[in-house]
Amino acid sequence: MHEYSIVSALLQRVEAEAGSRGATSVGRIRVALGELSGVDPELLSTAYEVFRERTLCARAPMEIRTVPARWVCPRCGRTLASGQVLRCLSCQAPARLASGDEIILEQIEMEVA
Amino acid sequence: MCESCGCGDSEMVPIEVQARILSSNERMAAHNRHHFEAADVFAVNLMGSPGSGKTAVLEATARARKGLRIGAMSGDLATDRDAERLRAVGIPAVTVTTGSACHLDAELVHKALHELDWKGFDLLFIENVGNLVCPAVYDLGQADNVVVLSVTEGEDKPLKYPVMFRKADLVLITKTDLLPYLPFNMDVLLENLAKVMPDPRAIRLSAVTGEGMAEWMDWLACRCEARALATAVGERVC
Repeated sequence: MHEYSIVSALLQRVEAEAGSRGATSVGRIRVALGELSGVDPELLSTAYEVFRERTLCARAPMEIRTVPARWVCPRCGRTLASGQVLRCLSCQAPARLASGDEIILEQIEMEVA
Repeated sequence: MCESCGCGDSEMVPIEVQARILSSNERMAAHNRHHFEAADVFAVNLMGSPGSGKTAVLEATARARKGLRIGAMSGDLATDRDAERLRAVGIPAVTVTTGSACHLDAELVHKALHELDWKGFDLLFIENVGNLVCPAVYDLGQADNVVVLSVTEGEDKPLKYPVMFRKADLVLITKTDLLPYLPFNMDVLLENLAKVMPDPRAIRLSAVTGEGMAEWMDWLACRCEARALATAVGERVC
């Protein structure tokens, strides 16, 4: 249940971003979570609901955009199907994760005076 | 100000921030990594389930260490038992008590470095909390990740915990002395590893019979040497 630690870091980031832009309040926030990020979207939502009370995010619902894992061959650029051996069938090169490990605060709706 | 009707209310504006949520942990991990590289210490983040044999591997490593100077910090929810076991075999070790937290983070490791005279080590093992989920998310500043997987856990663990195994530089398949008593298929495990690790590397090891210990010690010595060389020429190996 590291999702509580993630929420704590998330709230700090929102406060820092809002503070640096002089926001007076915060609306919806959007988070991108990769399929291979190690963070469970449902657990993160639950943890967020518990922790956002009495913070700048108290009235800010969180939207989660999940990003599927995408493995590509670093040599020929071919996409590999997940669930298969992670080695390019034509080049034999070990695959590289092109996307799917994100833990990113993408967007914040802010009220700027 | 609301520009649509002129009512005088402020307006919610979506702002793109694209901020990495764990950026403060990443900063601290980079700081730790810089310390390790400057002191030529090869730091290994040792992860695995509770009871997979992480501490037993380190005890066997201590017995086989020859000239290697090894130190350790052990993450534990509440007790000092793992660090005690390591001190008993001659490894300087401290406990990092995490309380209820299920993983170590870079800040905890940084604090523990202040309690350990680590700069003279060739190798520093950071024994993470027993858990195949949470520790995989937090960079500690290590050079390599080593995941301990015992044969009693079954062949399907890599598929169930792909995040952990994807980040492994090496998997130690432990308790191989128990294989005669288990319906365990090593080929299936190796195939499952290849589905989650792009460049799967594994060593079969038994801390009881000593199987695989020579290969493990060679791997460590080789990685230590590669790191020292890379530091000397100003390049990164990992």
